[in-house]
Amino acid sequence: MTEMLSGGEILIRALQDEGVEQIFGYPGGAALHIYDAIFKQQKVEHILVRHEQAATHMADGYARATGNPGVVLVTSGPGATNAITGIATAYMDSIPMIVISAQVPHEVIGTDAFQETDMIGISRPIVKHSFIVKTAKEIPWLVKQAFYIAKSGRPGPIVIDIPKDTTDPNELFEYSYPESVSLRSYKPALKGHSGQIRKAAVALLKAKRPIIYAGGGVVQGAAEDELVAVARLTGFPVTNTLMGLGSFPGNDPQFVGMLGMHGTFESNNAMHHADLILAVGARFDDRVTNNPAKFCPGATIIHIDVDPASISKVITADIPIVGPAKPVLAELHASLQAELANHPFDKSSLEAWWKRIGQWRDAHGLDHDQRRRKSESGQLLPQQVIQAVYRATRGEAFVTSDVGQHQMFAAQYYKFGRGRQWINSGGLGTMGFGLPAAMGVQFAVPDATVVCVTGEGSFMMNMQELSTCMQYALPIKIVNLNNQALGMVKQWQDMQYGGRYSHSTYRDALPDFDQLLRSFGHHSFTARTLDELDAVVDEAFSDELKDKLVFINAYVDPDEHVYPMLVRGGALEDMVLSKGVA
Amino acid sequence: MRRLLAVLLENEAGALSRVIGLFAQRNYNIESLTVAPTEDRTLSRLTLLTEGDDEKIEQVTKHLNRLIEVVKVNDLTEGAHIERELMLIKVRAEGNGHREELYRTCRIFRGTVVDVTPDSYTVQLTGPTKKLLAFMRAIGETSILEVVRTGVSGIGRGDKILEL
Ligand SMILES: Cc1ncc(C[n+]2csc(CCOP(=O)(O)OP(=O)(O)O)c2C)c(N)n1
Ligand SMILES: [Mg+2]
Repeated sequence: MTEMLSGGEILIRALQDEGVEQIFGYPGGAALHIYDAIFKQQKVEHILVRHEQAATHMADGYARATGNPGVVLVTSGPGATNAITGIATAYMDSIPMIVISAQVPHEVIGTDAFQETDMIGISRPIVKHSFIVKTAKEIPWLVKQAFYIAKSGRPGPIVIDIPKDTTDPNELFEYSYPESVSLRSYKPALKGHSGQIRKAAVALLKAKRPIIYAGGGVVQGAAEDELVAVARLTGFPVTNTLMGLGSFPGNDPQFVGMLGMHGTFESNNAMHHADLILAVGARFDDRVTNNPAKFCPGATIIHIDVDPASISKVITADIPIVGPAKPVLAELHASLQAELANHPFDKSSLEAWWKRIGQWRDAHGLDHDQRRRKSESGQLLPQQVIQAVYRATRGEAFVTSDVGQHQMFAAQYYKFGRGRQWINSGGLGTMGFGLPAAMGVQFAVPDATVVCVTGEGSFMMNMQELSTCMQYALPIKIVNLNNQALGMVKQWQDMQYGGRYSHSTYRDALPDFDQLLRSFGHHSFTARTLDELDAVVDEAFSDELKDKLVFINAYVDPDEHVYPMLVRGGALEDMVLSKGVA
Repeated sequence: MRRLLAVLLENEAGALSRVIGLFAQRNYNIESLTVAPTEDRTLSRLTLLTEGDDEKIEQVTKHLNRLIEVVKVNDLTEGAHIERELMLIKVRAEGNGHREELYRTCRIFRGTVVDVTPDSYTVQLTGPTKKLLAFMRAIGETSILEVVRTGVSGIGRGDKILEL
């Protein structure tokens, strides 16, 4: 017997059949039929947030931790517009996400009805694709397509806009969920071009000063093992983008650290002086290239990416390879092994290259800077906080971050061991991302230690979610690098605007975070010195507080800057390394 | 460099706005655009005239292909092709001498007079854009009352076809 369901029920059934376990949402008029359908079933758990932006970041965090699309449900009008920042955040970082936005009924679309907004129009430039539902009958097919498109190729967010009349509980339709999907106009590459891969292998073997530049595409494409295999076989240095951190073990001797705006001295220099760059799942973002005209002048560039539009967009690739990182790297590995038979690596050049990298690292590596700073400043340094958290979590926590100096310190000083461990808004740079993203991770992986590294400015952009954390008993550990300012803005004002702090400070207007957190039923500790920090970190990560949300309010040196920092308009080798020294 | 792109698109609501949105968002310009369903009602065919060097057009093509509803993209200017545009032009036509001269010019350009009043002709003209512009020059700016152009449509020469 065929089942007869309403549009609202069909939607939720389709989500069940797609294997969705949790959705993040917030109700409202146009969504109420759907909410009633949610009430009548148990398989899909709905998480009630406090702001739709946070729902999207939670779904995003969920997706980044698992690789499966995160699902959001919002009402029409303000519910939909509140979701926009989170959709854009996911879009910029290629995160699979399904956003279901309720819409006013068909008969009033276009009349400026109450809570009507053209969600398809508003979201068009920041989605991979979008659908508006015309009849309840097509919902299963649209949901099936949405998940397929969101996950495959270069992933991204999908909006499904559902006018209220198509979810009417009084109109019933036969339900069945499609088994498979194939679209004539959408055929993502499943493997790379073998001829190109062989060409790449030959180029790798000839390299004297090579570097592997791996980005978020390696994480998204679950190609970490293949990346390590290629790195081992070649012995080449590996650098990661901000999005790629964790795709190669942060403690590995072949790892030279992050590159770009706040990359390490050794990685930026190695890039600049390289004669060969193997770029995998990275898109030559402007935070990485600095001035494209001065970018890595002597390098042959091999670029592997699943999205052809990312290749040669900023920097022209000499050997472009379109395809997912995993099969391409696996084939590259095999191809290298075959070529090795008649052409060995240039061992002596590679040795000399590593020696040079070692010299850069010794001269201005991160740890070197740390030693110097420790002795200079009496105050707690943000880097020390990250290092303490790294030790307390044995480097195993999922770490989400917000945007600002604290984000860069986390990226530099927490050594990530695996892909998906480091979760931040790299492309859009969305303050307010960290806490809800951490919540999404904790929902996805309930037993994991989840740390949110934040700054007081970013934290205050979505702190209403502390209430959601209370409702769902989420044991997140929040580490607030409290410099009592919009630190990153202030740093730019120090460096480029003669220290004129235009609207980047609010020192006397900050809340007592300990009290604030306690009012939401959470634990909170303040640390001002290194000793206090050690005690607080031990307690926060102790077994007694394992199941609790704990906030660490660490007052850090407000004058600390993030270094290295690329010189604007320069090459990758042009870095400011410390205050007053260019 | 002038480029003529032929695009096969799913004939669905919203598909065209994605193409146009892409051009706006990526700061590419659209010189002209024609669109209509093909013999297969599920597909629309667009001819899009734009400017750009090889690199730019490669990016435009890639981004067009990235749109889910775009089925095929072809740069017609890469090979031999035919371009046609249709123009309806209303011109001042007063006094016998002037009217006859206009009519002659019109015949030289193989135009058709499709509407007549005592003071004006409406002429229909098809051809490559260059020809339409030449016609306008020939009759002189002061005679022109109103111009409507469809924008360029294009198709490859020979056996080559743009298909699924
Ligand atoms: C939503 C949003 N608004 C503005 C910015 C610009 N911005 C980047 S970093 C920053 C300061 C962040 O301050 P805080 O969260 O305290 O971090 P800190 O730099 O002090 O560590 C600002 C305002 C942004 N990235 N996101
Ligand atoms: Mg701050």
